[in-house]
Amino acid sequence: MGLLTLSSPHTHGPNSTGKVMATVALACLPGIAVMTAFFGWGTLINLALAIATALTSEALIVKIRRRPVSFFLKDNSALVTGLLLGLALPPFAPFWVTMVATSFAVVFSKQLYGGMGNNPFNPAMVGYALVLVSFPVQLTTSWALSGQMSGMDTASFSDTLQIIFAGQKELADAFTGATPLDAYKHLIVKGTATDVLAEDTFNGWLNGGWEWMNIAFLAGGLVLLWRRIITWHIPVAMLAALSLCSLVIGWDEDMYTPLYLHLLSGATMLGAFFIATDPVTASTTPLGKLIYGAGVGILIYMIRTWGAYPDAVAFAVLLMNFAAPFIDAYTQPRSYGHEKARRGLPEKD
Amino acid sequence: MATKSLHDISIDGLWNNNPALVQLLGLCPLLAVTGSVVNAMGLGLATMMVLVGSNFSVSLIRNHVPDAVRLPAFVMIIASFVTVAELIMQAFTYELYEVLGIFIPLIVTNCVILGRADSFACKNPLIPSVLDGFMMALGFALVLIVLGAMREVLGQGVIFSDMQLLFGPAAASWKIELIKDYPDFLFAILPPGAFMAMGILIALKNVIDDQLKQRAEAQQAPTESGSKRVRVTGKIS
Repeated sequence: MGLLTLSSPHTHGPNSTGKVMATVALACLPGIAVMTAFFGWGTLINLALAIATALTSEALIVKIRRRPVSFFLKDNSALVTGLLLGLALPPFAPFWVTMVATSFAVVFSKQLYGGMGNNPFNPAMVGYALVLVSFPVQLTTSWALSGQMSGMDTASFSDTLQIIFAGQKELADAFTGATPLDAYKHLIVKGTATDVLAEDTFNGWLNGGWEWMNIAFLAGGLVLLWRRIITWHIPVAMLAALSLCSLVIGWDEDMYTPLYLHLLSGATMLGAFFIATDPVTASTTPLGKLIYGAGVGILIYMIRTWGAYPDAVAFAVLLMNFAAPFIDAYTQPRSYGHEKARRGLPEKD
Repeated sequence: MATKSLHDISIDGLWNNNPALVQLLGLCPLLAVTGSVVNAMGLGLATMMVLVGSNFSVSLIRNHVPDAVRLPAFVMIIASFVTVAELIMQAFTYELYEVLGIFIPLIVTNCVILGRADSFACKNPLIPSVLDGFMMALGFALVLIVLGAMREVLGQGVIFSDMQLLFGPAAASWKIELIKDYPDFLFAILPPGAFMAMGILIALKNVIDDQLKQRAEAQQAPTESGSKRVRVTGKIS
């Protein structure tokens, strides 16, 4: 009777980077489906363009750096960068905006820092921030109206292609409009909450497309939690901090954007589960993740409320990326065999 | 200090010890005004005038100024030349002077100038000092112009716009529109774009230096024993 003696560990992790990233991409599918249903073909075209650009730039730069191309393409991280950018950019953004954002994200904010795992900033958000700062007009006027809100069908496939690739301004004007967050902030100055919510952009509870989109990304995020790709710390801390700010500071609907718009509009859920949780650029210790998530939430509230940009997830995540290494250094857990946790920055030799 | 040959001084200023790419001096004006070629040229020329003038004067007085007060003396000289440059610009290129604004008077704080005065001109005779000032300034100006061109093309899709500010009305037609209906790429126009373009230039210089070094090493490598010489003459049959 042969007895095999196996030494620990007896379980093995089936997760490679490629698989983790593929799961993240799959978890985006409900969100993509809802966005396409409500906002038309723009999202899908953006996604295809962004992913193609991301993979091409990654392959090119890996080739220049004389590293194995297929190995780095197979880790799917460029795919996810392209995917997140395709989702984050407005559905009717001109094609060159998407291409500039994606290639900058991959080349400058990821590969120039040393590639996968070495980038201090979330590549997708760097690309987004770049085009948001550079092309404010295109980035704020290219948001699609959802079919339900405008009371008409979303732009047809050929119309969408024309808007994105040929820059058909007149055609675009019919299908684009302000996002709910932006609209609320600007209209609430003039009227009360009831007046504002009567506007076309809002069209009642759960009718605008934005709410369903966020719920879909929440569902995708729960899948990530269930598959243990991410832990609960960052999303929970971020959403809690955002809610707390909104309840304490913005309790008056006639002056500030109400809580449900903060949670279910803009990129909140995409940000909480897919962007802020990036394993490379976020905090890694449990306590650090809570602080990091809360920081993102507070910054989102501040930039949305007092800033000039329509949404804030990109800037909030990037600002907390700056802080992540320090948060990590001061929140190290006690490791086994030590009486006290070693915290603080490592001393210089 | 061993005297360097005039050739070495030139190569140092233009490439090996380029004030912008290697010493990283004078970054503030470098990053602030390189939004277009004409701005870069304007600042480059003004800096060149000041640097040549200050190196010239510092070299002249180098044996008469006590060490303890040399820096104040140099700064006085530099400040006078900056004032001269400023007045000349006001007289001949007033619009450009307005565009460059505070960065013309700020040349006085440009570390390149005081640096060259203290590390070169006060230890060397007249002609090497003047050449050093000229070559350093030329190296600085060339980097400014390349940066300006990069940012103008990337930011606005044009190159050589507004050259009439520097070269008179005839130069107004030098503007070349590379891309029609180019949407302004604000990132390239704003300072972050300058940092990034600067980083790319420095990286390019390092790559070129590396390759030159490798090539030189390959040429100097001793022949391995037992290796055969390749016949490079005669017919291959």
